Amino acid sequence: MSPTSPLTSTPTTTDVLVLGADLAGAGPANLLIRDGVFADPADARPDAVRVDAYGLVALPGLVDLHTHLREPGREDAETVTTGTAAAARGGYTAVLAMANTSPVTDTAEAAEHLLDVGRATGTAQVVPIGAVSKGLAGEELAELGLMARSPAQTRVFSDDGRCVADARLMRRALEYVRAFDGVIAQHAQDPRLAGPDACCDEGPVSGRLGLPGWPAVAEAGIVARDVGLAELTRSRLHVCHVSTAETVDVLRWAKARGIAVTAEVTPHHLLLTVDELLGYDPTFKVNPPLRSAEDVAAVREALTDGTIDVVATDHAPHARHDKEHAFVDAAPGMLGLETALAVVVETMVRPGTLGWREVATRMSSVPAHIARLGGQGRPLAVGEPANLTLVDPTRRATVDRAASVSLSRNNPWHGRDLPDPVVATWWAGRATYGR
Amino acid sequence: MRHLLSAADLDAAETTGILDLAEEMALVQGRPVKKLPALRGRTVVNLFFEDSTRTRSSFELAGKWLSADTINISAKGSSVSKGESLRDTVLTVASMGVDALVIRHMASGAPLQAARWFAELGLGVHVVNAGDGTHEHPTQALLDAFTLRRHFRASQPDAGRDDHQPFAGRRIAVVGDITHSRVARSNVELLTTLGAGVVLVAPPTLLPAGVDTWPVEVRDDLDRVLGEVDAVMMLRVQRERMSGGYFPTPREYTVGYGLTRARLGLLRPGTAICHPGPMNRGLEISADAADSAGSLILDQVAAGVSVRMSVLYLLLGGADESGAVR
Ligand SMILES: [Zn+2]
Repeated sequence: MSPTSPLTSTPTTTDVLVLGADLAGAGPANLLIRDGVFADPADARPDAVRVDAYGLVALPGLVDLHTHLREPGREDAETVTTGTAAAARGGYTAVLAMANTSPVTDTAEAAEHLLDVGRATGTAQVVPIGAVSKGLAGEELAELGLMARSPAQTRVFSDDGRCVADARLMRRALEYVRAFDGVIAQHAQDPRLAGPDACCDEGPVSGRLGLPGWPAVAEAGIVARDVGLAELTRSRLHVCHVSTAETVDVLRWAKARGIAVTAEVTPHHLLLTVDELLGYDPTFKVNPPLRSAEDVAAVREALTDGTIDVVATDHAPHARHDKEHAFVDAAPGMLGLETALAVVVETMVRPGTLGWREVATRMSSVPAHIARLGGQGRPLAVGEPANLTLVDPTRRATVDRAASVSLSRNNPWHGRDLPDPVVATWWAGRATYGR
Repeated sequence: MRHLLSAADLDAAETTGILDLAEEMALVQGRPVKKLPALRGRTVVNLFFEDSTRTRSSFELAGKWLSADTINISAKGSSVSKGESLRDTVLTVASMGVDALVIRHMASGAPLQAARWFAELGLGVHVVNAGDGTHEHPTQALLDAFTLRRHFRASQPDAGRDDHQPFAGRRIAVVGDITHSRVARSNVELLTTLGAGVVLVAPPTLLPAGVDTWPVEVRDDLDRVLGEVDAVMMLRVQRERMSGGYFPTPREYTVGYGLTRARLGLLRPGTAICHPGPMNRGLEISADAADSAGSLILDQVAAGVSVRMSVLYLLLGGADESGAVR
């Protein structure tokens, strides 16, 4: 595709004929985008915009199960507009927006409001995640059913940022959402073992740096409890941002037992280790923290064999001043949407561990299925919604945080040479990113 | 030396250089007029986010005796709670034409972060870590090394020991709350750099994660360690640890890990006793031990000023061509 291609201004009424792209590893073919769906390329009108995609890979638009959009409440860090622009830049056509905004998304009205803002200002589908507990306080259930029955059709519920630590509340939440096929997405962090100050993987680095440790068992212990509760309640559990080898072991056991558990891993846990903390740079402060090289190897292996189902970004934009504190005081989180596919290509595709078909599964169709999104994560086939990401498998670039379309700059990849795969993105037939 | 952020940044030669210069500085302390003109016109700011009368006055005296203008700024409480970022606070102070910034902070790494921000902006201010969270307190380790070096040189229990290698073959026990002790971390770094063997003695709850990767010996039987070492460094037990479930009761702690009067009898003659202060008399150290002949606790305080003079002098370039003190 020519770099001057006017993709971003392509009106949706015009046919777009994508020529010769490798359809997620299935081999080269043509795709016709018309009226928001894929049509038969043989029917392309003569005036169709032709996109030369030979040598590129076509993926169904990516779906992120774990995005922090910060709107409402922290529009200085990110808005729906900038967050979805970052999503489109990263090849995403849908993002699930975490509930820990201000106010918290814990009512049908709040969910519907975010849905409306997304429709009005987003360049990707914005799907509200509902809080599990009122105000994320971990005490009483939020109005899960009303959120599910609202126009937002919330199916994913999470107190992310906080663990639903109370076992009885977690049991009730799992039981309750079964009525409308919901899923509880747990931020697994035993608050007694890894309290609010915990900010460094507990081990030689935390011991040497004098940073409060966050032991692996604080994650694995909660996951072990929760898979037990999911089994008891015959409900769906999703484990957010798995970071340790111990958690992988628990998941493997639970899946072998047939428990309805899914799990995600973030790009940063696939590539970065706790050693990044040696300079006390708060850019690398994230929760759960970066772990050891052994943990990184374990989560990669788990993503390969399907023990970990999906890659989710945990895109967590922060205003500069919230990161410019002492390490223990700085806000946790890093940007992820724009670079997620780059990191997956670097860690999984280039080494030959995952093929493009698996990338499509783990970053699009399975996340869409977990969230019960009918119009996302679909095959690249005639009649399906035209959610499409074109990928150049060879291109690399040095990441420059100044070039981000996110409002924030807490980019852990700044200055790093990484793949730069995303060439263009279409959401429901509409070009949302192109270069 | 650009900054003094961590004892781990110092090699043996640099450390010895600081200690040797501190010996010269100590001579000044014996004079009726305790002032050198070396840092006249230079400004040293003590930026303390956490109270410490002892460390702050030691740095203040060190600066004054070198004729630097010294200012104390207390930024009490977390900068987060005040709404200003740490970066803004340190940049504000550093931008006032300051030559050296002595930073004490309740958070590990804060002085290192400050130094990185200064470097990014090309600010030439020198940073001294005066204690950061549970990370390091490098000038404390230097003053401990200074005190112990004098003691070892004076005692020389083994004939033929090389005066230039006063730490070679020495074993030093560091006892108590290692996990939360920046003094312990800096001492482990510095004493091992100088060639001493370090033995950590603590209940398992007060040993940091990954201590098995440190270049030390770890023991839990204080009684058996005491007769094998040349010095014991008792660490302060912080009040909040007592209710934090790290050990059952103060009484049990004292029985297990306190330098009690009875334990004094287990020490070999000439064994040095150190404590970074302030002491919890009766908890980690008995009055008998603190006031005993082997106690170097007041020597440590005196050494603090000499060592900090040496550090400020070296950082601020007070030496002339020959390296001699002006
Ligand atoms: Zn989370």
